[in-house]
Amino acid sequence: MVSLPHPSPAACPACIAAPMAEGIAARLGATAAGNLVLSVPAVHCAACISTIERGLASMPDVVSARVNLTLKRVIVAAIPGTDPERLVARLARLGYAAHEMDEAALAATTLDAAGRDLLMRLGVAGFSMMNVMLLSVAVWSGADGPTRDLFHWISALIALPTVVFSGQPFFASAWASLRAGRLGMDVPISLALVLASAISVFETAHSGHHAYFDAAVMLCFFLLAGRYLDHRTRALARSAAAELAALEVPRAVRRIGGVETTVPVAELAVGDEVVLRPGGRVPVDGLVLEGTSDIDRSLLTGESLPVLAMPGSALSAGEMNLTGLLVVRVTAAGRDSSLHRMADLVAVAEAGRGRYNALADRAARLYSPLVHILSFSAFGYWMWQTGGDLRFAVNVSAAVLIITCPCALGLAVPAVTSAASGKLFRKGMVIKNGTALERLALVDVVVFDKTGTLTLGVPQPTGLAGHAPETLSVALALAAASAHPLSVALAASLRAQGVAEAAVQDRHDVPGHGVEGIWQGNRVRLGRAPWVGAAPLALSATYLALGGATHAFGFEDRLRPGAEALMAALSARGIAVRLLSGDSEAAVAAVAQRLGITQWAAETLPEAKIAAIEALRRAGHRVLMVGDGLNDTGALAAADVSISPASALDAARVASDIVLMGQDIAGIADAIRIARVVRRRIKQNFAISALYNVVAVPLALVGLATPLAAALAMSLSSITVSLNALRMR
Amino acid sequence: MEILGWLIPISLGLGLLGLGAFVWTLRHHQYDDPAGASQRILAPDHDDHPMP
Repeated sequence: MVSLPHPSPAACPACIAAPMAEGIAARLGATAAGNLVLSVPAVHCAACISTIERGLASMPDVVSARVNLTLKRVIVAAIPGTDPERLVARLARLGYAAHEMDEAALAATTLDAAGRDLLMRLGVAGFSMMNVMLLSVAVWSGADGPTRDLFHWISALIALPTVVFSGQPFFASAWASLRAGRLGMDVPISLALVLASAISVFETAHSGHHAYFDAAVMLCFFLLAGRYLDHRTRALARSAAAELAALEVPRAVRRIGGVETTVPVAELAVGDEVVLRPGGRVPVDGLVLEGTSDIDRSLLTGESLPVLAMPGSALSAGEMNLTGLLVVRVTAAGRDSSLHRMADLVAVAEAGRGRYNALADRAARLYSPLVHILSFSAFGYWMWQTGGDLRFAVNVSAAVLIITCPCALGLAVPAVTSAASGKLFRKGMVIKNGTALERLALVDVVVFDKTGTLTLGVPQPTGLAGHAPETLSVALALAAASAHPLSVALAASLRAQGVAEAAVQDRHDVPGHGVEGIWQGNRVRLGRAPWVGAAPLALSATYLALGGATHAFGFEDRLRPGAEALMAALSARGIAVRLLSGDSEAAVAAVAQRLGITQWAAETLPEAKIAAIEALRRAGHRVLMVGDGLNDTGALAAADVSISPASALDAARVASDIVLMGQDIAGIADAIRIARVVRRRIKQNFAISALYNVVAVPLALVGLATPLAAALAMSLSSITVSLNALRMR
Repeated sequence: MEILGWLIPISLGLGLLGLGAFVWTLRHHQYDDPAGASQRILAPDHDDHPMP
């Protein structure tokens, strides 16, 4: 699971992410462990840690449990064969929502070899930098003669192995970009490292005044720091993406000759019979053979009302089976299923998405040639001016390379984005794409989906006060006997009002229709309008037949927490809001009115959503799409930047740049604010590093730059840039 | 200046000691959960199962 393909930042060709390959390798290697990994987004404090660890450890089949607060996960060592669902249920009783995660995700993140490797090189560079700097201070403060030479030789002894070891990431990626015929940012870096080391050794051997060992090592240190920050941000995003992929564990129950076995969805073939339990997601496209049930298609179409499924009806992958047991014959599985066909739509939409140029790319494209030109023209000029004094010309050329070398530039973007994504992660938002924040900062129109995005997809009965107490108690008695979401919601809110159950006998579920029973000798029914004999309403409702009369209970979708606050915050910022939904007109109108959204459209097809977003973009708007369903996937990919809730379908989460882990949606306003700060900080950082260059480069060009000046310029600019990034609130 | 013959090796040795300590912490997964470590120290119960 990777975020959308974006041009790899030229400032950092070494961080070419290869998440797919890593994921596959991890999957192969991670079969032996009896470890289970659960994602627990709500864990945040010392008390949470001990509650969870003690709660899980008290279960008989758990050997040990360890919370990782940084990743918000708990790693459980359990007896092989332990059902992760039981652990999830235990955590739910403790008050923490949890999701099971793939073992592959575990392996890929705990064995973060690349991160450890970078940290090791950073540590070695830091050690050398401090020691070489101590020696250099002595030289700068006036050591000369044999003492200076001795100090230079000791510096060489420390610095050369360090450059060879710590500089490897730069050398490797410079070589790779040279072979690809590009001048990446790592080419001047490597050139500076090699040239600085070589000239320093030469000067030391000829007991010269200036050696740049400290500069070479410091360059390594600051650049590695930037690279490590960048890697950490990416690794966090990647593991979050893997985590999301693992939320939906793709298994299905196959029935062959009456024997049921659980198999991975990938093994299903056309013609297989699959058993669907209530509450499960449909894994394939198929035709119903046996059973009747209600199907929730909201993720695919945005319809909030469940539809009836009976023998002969067609199901699509991604729908949710609500009430009855179904047996389905597979008509299309895996790549051919409708879920995957939707990927084509996404591909089309992506092609239309203007390729965003990251700020760092733009800076690097400007900067990299400039560095080379400056350095070589300084070399040429001084060769001509001094009549062929190679030693002096190379010295000046190396000084120019070292001074212009993008220490601060290498830190400018990673320092800011890692500070910001850490902040957003704590607020429950996971950034999947490196440039997402930069794009989010430019947004001026937000398009929302309704079902599952602005609303929770959880119905809430309305107008209960208009019914007689007797009606309510019969309705409660019937509703309590059914697992249909409308019944569950009705029963819950009736109980909350203190309604007592009527004595209804012989209650039973009629899948796909409703519940019936006998009350005071009469048949009573709660369910669909035609079955009950009532006239259907325009909004989602359930109906009660009692005596000769029928009663309708209307429902509205419960708003996602924070939706109202979000609308207020967006309008305060002057950002326009639209609502595009696949649901019926009445349902959309009700939500739009509750939230005060004036521009909305109902019964929108996926293609129409894409077209609407493209029209907005052509009109010059920057669009943020917030959606969760399969019908939003194309629109998510077509928008400039997209956000989806964690409850969204896999495909929608893949297509979006940011995922909301919690239920509260108000964080989006915060994300936009932080994104704007990020963009401002990045630009400031570029300005700071440019300013240092403007001051220092002329000095280097005329040959006045001493190692002391280089060290000062480099460390001051890097530290200012990092501090500026940490200023984020 | 003979003192340099002592001071330089000593300072390098101390630096190497620090580097060794850093490598040791890295090898023992001490940077895997920095947020957790900062919170665990506040918990009253003893951490019976530290990371391997």
